[in-house]
Amino acid sequence: MSVLVWVEHDNASVKDATLAAVTAAGKLGDVVALVAGHGAQGAADAAAKIAGVSKVLLADDAAYGHGLAENVAPLIADLMAGYDAFVAPATTTGKNIAPRVAALLDVMQVSEVLSVESADTFTRPIYAGNAIATVKSSDAKKVLTIRGTAFDKAATEGGSAAVEAVSGKGDTGLSSFVGSEIAKSERPELTSAKIIVSGGRALASGENFTSIIEPLADKLGAGVGASRAAVDAGYVPNDYQVGQTGKIVAPEVYIAIGISGAIQHLAGMKDSKVIIAINKDEDAPIFQVADVGLVGDLFKIVPELTEKL
Amino acid sequence: MKVLVPVKRVLDYNVKPRVKADGTGVDLANVKMSMNPFDEIAVEEAIRLKEKGVASEIVVVSIGEQKAQETLRTALAMGADRAILIVSEDKVEPLGVAKLLAKVAEAEQPGLVILGKQAIDDDNNQTGQMLGALLGWGQGTFASKVEVSGDSVEVTREVDGGLETVKLKTPAIVTTDLRLNEPRYASLPNIMKAKSKPMEQKTPADYGVDVTPRLSIVKVEEPAKRQAGVKVADVDELIGKLKTLGVVA
Ligand SMILES: Cc1cc2nc3c(=O)[nH]c(=O)nc-3n(C[C@H](O)[C@H](O)[C@H](O)COP(=O)(O)OP(=O)(O)OC[C@H]3O[C@@H](n4cnc5c(N)ncnc54)[C@H](O)[C@@H]3O)c2cc1C
Ligand SMILES: Cc1cc2nc3c(=O)[nH]c(=O)nc-3n(C[C@H](O)[C@H](O)[C@H](O)COP(=O)(O)OP(=O)(O)OC[C@H]3O[C@@H](n4cnc5c(N)ncnc54)[C@H](O)[C@@H]3O)c2cc1C
Repeated sequence: MSVLVWVEHDNASVKDATLAAVTAAGKLGDVVALVAGHGAQGAADAAAKIAGVSKVLLADDAAYGHGLAENVAPLIADLMAGYDAFVAPATTTGKNIAPRVAALLDVMQVSEVLSVESADTFTRPIYAGNAIATVKSSDAKKVLTIRGTAFDKAATEGGSAAVEAVSGKGDTGLSSFVGSEIAKSERPELTSAKIIVSGGRALASGENFTSIIEPLADKLGAGVGASRAAVDAGYVPNDYQVGQTGKIVAPEVYIAIGISGAIQHLAGMKDSKVIIAINKDEDAPIFQVADVGLVGDLFKIVPELTEKL
Repeated sequence: MKVLVPVKRVLDYNVKPRVKADGTGVDLANVKMSMNPFDEIAVEEAIRLKEKGVASEIVVVSIGEQKAQETLRTALAMGADRAILIVSEDKVEPLGVAKLLAKVAEAEQPGLVILGKQAIDDDNNQTGQMLGALLGWGQGTFASKVEVSGDSVEVTREVDGGLETVKLKTPAIVTTDLRLNEPRYASLPNIMKAKSKPMEQKTPADYGVDVTPRLSIVKVEEPAKRQAGVKVADVDELIGKLKTLGVVA
C-alpha cells in the first residue's frame, strides 16, 4: 500500500505532530510525505530526513502558503490517484483539510485513529474517549487523521528521501488568509511537553495564573495548560485548553491545579503517565484518575511547592 | 440572506456514557438526549445575525430519528424560523449527512451554513468540511468570531497555536467553536410559539442520496481504566512522591 502523509510545517521546519503520523502511516505501507507550502524547501529538506519517509513531494505555491483547505484539498485529491491512503495528524490543520479531501474522494474519513489493526480496521475514541470503537472501512481509499499521543514519533534523522516537485491548480479563489495571532512562548508546546502544569477556574484570575501556575511551571520546565472554564473566563488564551474540544496531551506528568475533572477535561489528559491533582474538594472527580492527590487550598499549596522544589 | 443550521440530537453532555455489555455501542436507552452543544452555538450565531439584520431567515435541519423533532423544536424556540427533519432510523455517517445537507443547500440557497465543529458523541469533526467540498464553498472552521460584510465573511478560527483569520466568499461554511457565543435559553412564550412553526419531513430517498455507511463498527469497548492513586497529606509528602516517581531530583 502507498500512503500520502500531510506534513505539518511552518515552511522552514517540520512540526512534531507530523512524526506520529509518519509512524502510523508506516504501519500501512510505503510513506510519501507531502509538503504543501510557499518557500517551503526548508520544510521539504527536513521531511526528507525523517526516518521511514521514502519520498517527499513539494508543492510550492503562494496559494498553499497558509494551508488553506480550499486550495490544498484539491491538490491532495488529485495526487491521491496514485495512493491508497491519505494520513494527516489530528491537529487543527489536519482536521480542517482531511475531511475536505475525503469528500472530494467520496470516502468516509476515520478521525483520531488510536491504532492500526489492519489495512482497513482502526480504533478511535468516541464520546470524549469514554468508549473506544473499532471500525472497518469499506472504502477503496482510506482517509485518516492520527491522534499524536497514540503513536511513537518517527526519528527526525536517518532518512534520505528524494524531494520531487509537484503542482496543482493553485488558488481556488474561495478563501484568503487575513492574519493570525500565534502566541510566542518560551515554554514547551503542550502537545510535546514532558511535564504540564494546568490550572482551572479556581485560579480566579489571569494574574493568579501568572503568579501561581507559571512559577511552578518554570521550576519544572513545564508547559502550561488550562481547563475550558479558565479559558472561557479569559485567564489564559484558547490555545491553552486541554480536553475533548481542546488539545489532547499525554505528558510524563500532568499536574491539575484547581480543576474538577469534568469528563470533557479528562478526555484530553487521562493518558498522561502520571497525574497529580491539587484540589480543595476531596470528592473532586479528578482524584479518581490521579496517581497522587493533595487535598487543600491551591493558594497555599502551590507557592509552598514551588519554593521547596 | 438565508442561514442554514444543521443540528444533531446527541447524548446530553452531562450524562456519563456507558458502553453496552454486548460491545455494539453506547447505551442510549432511557438517557437524556439534547442538542449537540456546538449546534446550540451555531443556532445562537444565526439568531444574532438575524438580530443584526444580516440574516433574513433561519432554517434548521436535522438528520435522524423522529425524536430529533424535539431538537428542532428547541432550535425553533431559540429563534429559528422553520425546520426540516430528514428521517433516518439508521445512523447516517458525516459523508452521508454532508451529501444530504448539500441537497438541502442547493434547494434553499443559503448565504451561510453554520454547523458545530464536532458532535460530542462521535467526535468526528468532519461534516462541515465535507459539505464545503461537496458544494465547492469556502470553509471557516472552529470559529470564535464571524463577521459578514457584503458578499464575504471574515472568520476568526481557533487553531493550535492561537487564532487565525480567513476571508471567505459567500456562500460559505462556518463551524463553531466554544467561544463564539453563549447560547440563550428559550423563554416559555417562545417555546409555545415554536410549536406552530413549520416543520417539514423528508427522507434521504427524497433527495436521491445513498447514505449506506462506509464504516462498520466491529466493536465498542471501554477504555483502559486508570487506578485511583494515593492521597498525600502535605507538600513535603508530595515532593517525596515526586522524587520516587523521578519527576524531580
Ligand atoms: C461541549 C463541551 C465541550 C467541553 N470541552 C472542554 C474541554 O475541552 N476542556 C475542558 O477543560 N473543559 C471542557 N468543557 C467544560 C467542562 O465540562 C467543565 O465545565 C470544565 O472542565 C470545568 O473547568 P474547571 O475544572 O476549571 O472548573 P470547575 O469545574 O468549576 O472546578 C474548579 C475546581 O477547583 C476547586 N477549587 C476551588 N477553589 C480552590 C482552591 N482555592 N484550591 C484548590 N482547589 C480549588 C474546586 O473544588 C473545583 O473542583 C466542555 C464542555 C462542553 C459542554
Ligand atoms: C450509538 C451510535 C452508534 C453508531 N453506529 C454507527 C454504525 O453502526 N455505523 C455507522 O456508520 N455510524 C454509526 N454511528 C455514527 C453516526 O452515523 C453519526 O451520527 C454520524 O457519523 C455523524 O458524526 P458526527 O456527528 O460525529 O459528525 P461531526 O462531523 O462531528 O458533526 C459536526 C456537525 O455536523 C452537523 N451534523 C452532524 N450530524 C448531523 C445530523 N445527523 N443532523 C444534522 N446535523 C448534523 C452538526 O452541526 C454537527 O455539529 C453511530 C453513532 C452513535 C451515536
